[in-house]
Amino acid sequence: MQALTNRSKAVNRDPMTFMERLYLPNIVKGMAITFSHIFKKQPTIQYPEQKREFSPVFRGLHVLNRDAEGRENCTACGLCAVACPAEAITMEAAERMPGEEHLYREEKYAAKYEINMLRCIFCGLCEEACPKDAIYLSETFAPANFTRKGFIYGKDDLLIPNKNTAPEEYATAKGAAR
Amino acid sequence: MTLLALDWILMLEKLILIAIIVFASLGIALYTTFSERKVAAVLQDRPGPNRAGPMGLLQPLADGLKLIMKEEIIPNSASKALFILGPAMAMTAALMTCAVIPWSSSVELFGRKIDLQIADINIGILYVFGVVSMGVYGIMIGGWASNNKFSLMAALRGASQAISYELAMGLSLIAVLMISGSLSLKTIVDQQMAPGAWWNIVYQPLGFILFFVCAMAECNRTPFDLPEAENELNMGYHQEYSSMKLGFYLFAEYVNMIMSSAVMASLYFGGYDIPFLDESTLAPNIAAILGVLSLLTKIVIFLFLFMWIRWTIPRFRYDQLMNLGWKSLIPLALVNMLATGAVILWQQG
Repeated sequence: MQALTNRSKAVNRDPMTFMERLYLPNIVKGMAITFSHIFKKQPTIQYPEQKREFSPVFRGLHVLNRDAEGRENCTACGLCAVACPAEAITMEAAERMPGEEHLYREEKYAAKYEINMLRCIFCGLCEEACPKDAIYLSETFAPANFTRKGFIYGKDDLLIPNKNTAPEEYATAKGAAR
Repeated sequence: MTLLALDWILMLEKLILIAIIVFASLGIALYTTFSERKVAAVLQDRPGPNRAGPMGLLQPLADGLKLIMKEEIIPNSASKALFILGPAMAMTAALMTCAVIPWSSSVELFGRKIDLQIADINIGILYVFGVVSMGVYGIMIGGWASNNKFSLMAALRGASQAISYELAMGLSLIAVLMISGSLSLKTIVDQQMAPGAWWNIVYQPLGFILFFVCAMAECNRTPFDLPEAENELNMGYHQEYSSMKLGFYLFAEYVNMIMSSAVMASLYFGGYDIPFLDESTLAPNIAAILGVLSLLTKIVIFLFLFMWIRWTIPRFRYDQLMNLGWKSLIPLALVNMLATGAVILWQQG
């Protein structure tokens, strides 16, 4: 039979030689291997103090983006909800009133925007579907919660803090600042 | 009237010594659990416990506290008295061994010469063997009283393992006794300490290896930890135990390790002897303190060896264990004994 990989090794079923039956030489060999590991570098990351960098393409918790002036990008067009294979996104649209131009970039905005993080599979299709650059997957992840309700993230959880007024919170939400 | 004739100061002295040694061995056992985890970690490229206190040094206290605070569960179908007796016996047997180990030469305090050994009985090493084989009752009673088939199987394994390996252990010990001509541990150590004398390991390398392997089996350490084989018997004989009763079983294992290290150090590595140093040139008190440190160093080295082996070698299969014990160790021990006897006879002419 042809081997699938070149890594297969024939099992040696010969009876053990005298040296092998002594056990001790091989045990000493094995102990030398474990002893050499004392001096190896430990790959451990001390978690709460040190955090491992996510890769730039990491798909984590969603954020709703603002534009350069701090206005919400989302126009509640619903393309993300349509694109979502897990049907995790629900939203309700509302019309921008006069005097709210500094809050919302276009005439329509999302009055309610909810993502159920238990349904979400973090595929990033909402990000791809969005025509307004409004939803992004950040480099953070959803923290644990005690109730199912706690995993339904509303607009106040998702909307990224204003970059101009709260730069620190903005960076934390984006998750790339570490 | 005979009571009054007792040397009350001697009694007090021994009581203090017993307290010190028991608490010291418990303390060392506590930190052995910690070092076990640390050694396991560094051998596997991990840092190990490092959260409780500086460098994780308070970890054993946290572990102990956790065990004490846990709920004490006695299964309904368990035999209650025996269920409690099991861990108690395991612990008692483990701690009783320390009575005959010579921790050092004697110190002089308040004009009294105090031996740093609880009892120098002339059958010292036999006493150790007797007590150690009593330790298996802890496993057996605990496993049987749990009324759980895994525990029972573990108890059976533990008992048969202990019996098989005690034989080889005793036979390899006889060779040492032939050289020393005494059963008292103090005498055996003193003979190795005498100027010009070598440690027994030089005369008995094979005997030491056999003794070491058997000691490992007696302590139920990997590769001979069949009584608590996690992946076959869940937890083995202490499966039904919780809280401090479980703690006692786990602790007894570490105390056993310390005691067998001390016995091995005394039998084969000169006990409290400091190599390449004539202790009689030092002041007796300083020599005694250095002796304790020397013995402790040897014990620590042995403990590290125990752990190092545990995290290197996988567990024996049960038939392999029995094969090794009966077909390899006992014949080798017999050959070793005969060879030693022949050499001694030839030397005597």
